[in-house]
Amino acid sequence: MAIEPLYITGLTAVNAMGSGVDAVYKALTRRETGLRRCDFEHAELDTYIGRVDGLESQPVVDALRQYDCRNNRLAQMGLRQDGFEQTVARAREQYGARRIGVFLGTSTSGILETELAYQNRNPNTGALPATLRYDYTQHNFSVVDFVQRYLQLEGPALAISTACSSSAKVFATAHRFLAAGLCDAAVVGGVDSLCLTTLYGFSSLELVSSRPCRPADPERDGISIGEAAGFVLLERARGKQMSAPVALLGYGESSDAYHMSSPHPEGAGAVRAMERALACAGLAPDDIDYINLHGTATPANDLSEDKAVRAVFGASVPCSSTKGWTGHTLGAAGITEAVIGWLCIQHGFVPGSLNTRALDPQITSKIVLRNLRQPVRRVISNSFGFGGNNCSIVLGVTA
Amino acid sequence: MLQVYVTGVGILGPGLDGWKNSRPILAGDSPYAAQECRRPQPGMLAAMERRRASATVRLGLHVAQEAVEQSGLQSDELATVFASSDGDTEIINYLCDALAAPDKTVSPTRFHNSVHNAPAGYWGIAAKSPAPANSLSCYGATFAAGLLEAACQATVEGRPVLLGVYDIAVPEPLRRARPLRTPFGAALVLDRRPSAGSISQLRIEYHTQCNAPESTVAVPQLEELRRENPAARSLPLLAAIARNEPAEVMLDYVAGNCLRVEVSP
Repeated sequence: MAIEPLYITGLTAVNAMGSGVDAVYKALTRRETGLRRCDFEHAELDTYIGRVDGLESQPVVDALRQYDCRNNRLAQMGLRQDGFEQTVARAREQYGARRIGVFLGTSTSGILETELAYQNRNPNTGALPATLRYDYTQHNFSVVDFVQRYLQLEGPALAISTACSSSAKVFATAHRFLAAGLCDAAVVGGVDSLCLTTLYGFSSLELVSSRPCRPADPERDGISIGEAAGFVLLERARGKQMSAPVALLGYGESSDAYHMSSPHPEGAGAVRAMERALACAGLAPDDIDYINLHGTATPANDLSEDKAVRAVFGASVPCSSTKGWTGHTLGAAGITEAVIGWLCIQHGFVPGSLNTRALDPQITSKIVLRNLRQPVRRVISNSFGFGGNNCSIVLGVTA
Repeated sequence: MLQVYVTGVGILGPGLDGWKNSRPILAGDSPYAAQECRRPQPGMLAAMERRRASATVRLGLHVAQEAVEQSGLQSDELATVFASSDGDTEIINYLCDALAAPDKTVSPTRFHNSVHNAPAGYWGIAAKSPAPANSLSCYGATFAAGLLEAACQATVEGRPVLLGVYDIAVPEPLRRARPLRTPFGAALVLDRRPSAGSISQLRIEYHTQCNAPESTVAVPQLEELRRENPAARSLPLLAAIARNEPAEVMLDYVAGNCLRVEVSP
C-alpha cells in the first residue's frame, strides 16, 4: 500500500549552476556546467570543482553570527532564494512554529573552520585558537540549528549524516515524523560546502577526476566535488502557489553490507533501495518517466548503478546523472537532485548527461545524452553513500 | 504517542561494563565503582578489522552487538539508527592535523572511516544486513533524536530497530573547543510488538510544553557523565529500565521541546 503523499509546497536550490531554481533550470536547458578548475583556497589539486560564488562576502545574519562559516552561509544563501523564507513563514502561521520539523543532511558541516584553526595552532603549545566556535560551525547539528533559528521554527529537528545519501534520507525521516504525528509539515534539505577534508580525502582514494566529471563515459575517471544547499517544504495539503502539485510519493532505504567505500559490484543494495521506493509509492517500474542517477562518474559507481537500474527498470526508462553540472555535492546531492527532478516534472524535461561524450559500452540502461522535451510525471532519484548507504526517492504528480 | 518494546540493551562506559553488570548499579542495588571505560571489543568484527577499526566504530558496534544478542533477533533483521553527537573526533583530529601540514597527505582508509555513518556501515558489513541504516546527530539531544527516529521506524515502518548511541572522548587539541573527556555508549533494540524477550515497554510522548525538568541519575559521577557526554543522556532511561518498575523519564529535545517516556516492566 502506498504511503500518504507529501506535497512539495516550496523549494529552493543553490549550487554551482547558480542561485535559485530558475538559474538551475536555465543552466540545465542551456547545458552550461557549473564546474571550474579548482580555485579553492589552500587546495592545490589538479581537479574541477562545483563552487558557489559569493559566499566569502555574505556572512550570516548578525543575530546568528556565532554560526558564521562557509556551510551556514551556503545554507542562508539557499534560504533566501525562491521565496522560500516567505513560504515557510506562511506555513509557520498555519501550523505553528512547533509543528514544523527541520531535517537536514550534511556530511562535513562546517569542518572547514576547524581545518583553518589547525593551520593556526599556537606554535608553542599546539593549542587551537580560542576563536574556534566548534559547536556553532563544525558540529554536524550546526547547520540544522542555524536553519531552524533562521526560519524561526521550533519543532522536531535532527541532522542526518549518512555521507552522500544524507539529503535523500531526510525525506524518509520527515515522512515518518509526520506519520507519527510529531509534526504537520517539514523543511527537509541538505547543505555541504567545499573543504579540504573532502577535496584531499577523495583524492587520497583516487576517486577525483582531473577533468570535469563524465558520468557513464568510457573514459570517466572520477568525481568532481561540488557544494550545494537545497530545501523543500513538505505538507500534506497541495500548495496553491505551485504550478503543478508534485509530491514525495515514496522512498527506499537499504545497505550494501559490502564495503565502506566501494559499491556492491552488482548494485544489490541499489536494487533494494529502488524496489522499496517503488513499493512504498505503490508504483511499477513503468510508471517512472525519468531516473536521476547517483552517477558520480567513478568507474565503479556508474557500472554498479547501471546493473541495478537494468535489474529494476530494464532499458526503457530514460536516465541520466546531473553531476556534470553540479559536481558531486555529497551530503547535499539528494536534495539537489530532488529539486532537479521537480524541475523535470514542472517543465516536461529530461536532462541529457553532461560531459558524456560517448556511452560506456558496458552501460546498457537508457542513458540520455541530449536534453529531451517530453512529459515527466514521476521521477526516481538515487543517492548512495560511503558505508554502502543507499536511498532512492520517488517524486511525482498524484493521480 | 509512540509505543515500543525494549528487547535488548547494551551499555559501555566508565564503571559500566555491559548490561548484566550495570543493571544492579543503575537500579541502585549495587554501588557504583568508578573505573576507566573498558576498551570496546565488538566480537562481530574479525580480529584484524577490530584492530583497524576506529574507536568510534568499536564503541558503537560493541554496545550494538550486546543489545542485539540479548534481543535474540537476527542481526540482519534489524534496521539501524546510529546516533552520535560528535562522530569520530579522533579521525577529525587526525584529518585536520594532516591537512594543516604542507603536503596535506591523508590516509584514504581514515578518510572513508571519518564519515558519521562509519559504525552503521561496519555494522551492515559485519552483520551482513541489507536493512536500512540511519546515522544522525542532534548535539546534546542526540539520544532523544535517535530514540524518536528509531521509535518512528519501529512503529511507522513496522520493523524492529537497533538504536546505538555513543560518543568517544575528544582528543587534544580539539578537546579545548569540545570538552568531552569520557566515552560512553548504549544501545536498545526496539520493536512495536511485545515478545518473550521484551524487557520494558516505552510510551514516548513528544511535548512542546515541558512542565518537568530533565531526568537525572542518582549516582553523582554518573550524573556528571550524563551532563558531559550526549550519549549518556540515555542513563535515566536505562536506569528506569534497570529498576523494572513503572517510571517516567523526561528527556530534553531541541527548541525547548521534550520527550516524556513512560517506562513499564
